[in-house]
Amino acid sequence: MSYFSDIYHGIKTLLTGMSVTGGYFLRSRKGTITQQYPDNRATLKMFDRFRGEVIMPHDEQNEHACTGCQKCELACPNGSIEIIWDRGIDEDTGKKKKKIDQFVYHLSLCTMCGLCIDVCPTDAIEWGQNFENSVYDRTKLTRVLNEPGSKVRAGIED
Amino acid sequence: MRVSLGITTNIHNWLFSTMNVTMASLVEMVLIALIYLTVFAVLGLFLVLLERRVAAWFQLRIGPNRVGFQGLLQTMADALKLVSKELTGTTRADMFLYNLAPYFVIISALMALAVIPFSYEFQAFDINIGVFFLIAVSSVGVIGILLAGWSSNNKFAMIGAMRSGVQTISYELSIGLSLLTMILLTGSLQLSEIVEVQKNGWLIVQGHIPAVIAFMIYMIAGTAETNRAPFDMVEAESELGAGFHTEYSGMKFAYFFLAEFINMFLIAAIATTIFFGGWLSPFGITESLPWLGIFWFLLKTFVLVFLMMWFRWTFPRLRVDQLLTLEWKYLLPINLVNIVLMALLVWSDLTIKF
Repeated sequence: MSYFSDIYHGIKTLLTGMSVTGGYFLRSRKGTITQQYPDNRATLKMFDRFRGEVIMPHDEQNEHACTGCQKCELACPNGSIEIIWDRGIDEDTGKKKKKIDQFVYHLSLCTMCGLCIDVCPTDAIEWGQNFENSVYDRTKLTRVLNEPGSKVRAGIED
Repeated sequence: MRVSLGITTNIHNWLFSTMNVTMASLVEMVLIALIYLTVFAVLGLFLVLLERRVAAWFQLRIGPNRVGFQGLLQTMADALKLVSKELTGTTRADMFLYNLAPYFVIISALMALAVIPFSYEFQAFDINIGVFFLIAVSSVGVIGILLAGWSSNNKFAMIGAMRSGVQTISYELSIGLSLLTMILLTGSLQLSEIVEVQKNGWLIVQGHIPAVIAFMIYMIAGTAETNRAPFDMVEAESELGAGFHTEYSGMKFAYFFLAEFINMFLIAAIATTIFFGGWLSPFGITESLPWLGIFWFLLKTFVLVFLMMWFRWTFPRLRVDQLLTLEWKYLLPINLVNIVLMALLVWSDLTIKF
């Protein structure tokens, strides 16, 4: 008698499937996932895990968290990051101390692997949400991430 | 030739009063052919658009909405692009059959449309073997598909065409038998008469249980006939490229594409005529306005077309052996029992009539 129960179960499962897709059809106006990109440029918000570019956030006092340890430069598999560093006098202790001069980031080389961000001990660099990276001049893809005149935030190395 | 409904009668009478009978019938035939070709080419294009929009809504997308208002001109633009494209072919293809195949498919689809009653006396060709004609002509299309696959000199196309042959020949049985079940109720093969009979209640109501079973079988077999998902082994994209029309381009490809959608409309239109009362309004609410018949007919047809699209975007594709199991082990025996059931029903006068 499995012949008839097969038919019954077949029809039942087909109807279950159709009710699921039918529900989607009816709810499609509200739940549309399509982004109509150039039209919604002003409101388009990328999701949290989006990997657009590497950025270095600065606070209000124009201070960043990069100590110039160069771990990111070592971790980078294809040399997208170059750190030009210098030695300066630390005001508190009066000793010589390493500090970054320019954090050079080549977006044109970057494969968005994220190893630099994983390896950074002070979370000085992170993923940016910008996705409109196309430019007409490729030299614009080489960026200096630290703002001019910025310095490392005090106490970040403790 | 019974073409009327006011304006058509007037044109018919005017034609026959101005010239002799041979010329008048010839002009009338050409006129009807031109009207049908234009209307159904446009209809096919809009069915493609409808399919794309409905598919998008099922998948929580938006679908084409850029060309014209809500994307209404999208498929027009696509067709224009296809017309302008080069007609390519493969080396060592059988060029004669290769060029002939699309016409088999499109002509058989358009020929079957001739007997569909769109409204009261609004039917190009009211033949007294209507249903038989429909079944016969709609199965000619598979020859075109087989020729296309055979002549392309392409293995994928060949496999697709062979699968189509297997599928169409198998499912033709179910279509024929499920329609035959309904013929037991009407006692006539003439489509206009079948609609007349349904003035006492649509056949799906008149025949209740066996009619509903027949309708379900008809829709399954009809979806298989038109080679649509979940029965689209003929052009299973992930396995065969595009199946039998892999090697076709430009307008010849457009013919196959258009024929597929006209066939879908055709299957829905036959189901409307046989099961859902054709152009009759539900409970006769607009009986005093016979010109609304075309509206009711198209409404019912598009509801059934939507049902087929719903199938397509819900169910996964069957394997060939599953396809044949479904037909020969399930649909066919059920169908045969169903005919007996319907015969008993008609014999003992258990039909529901208003």
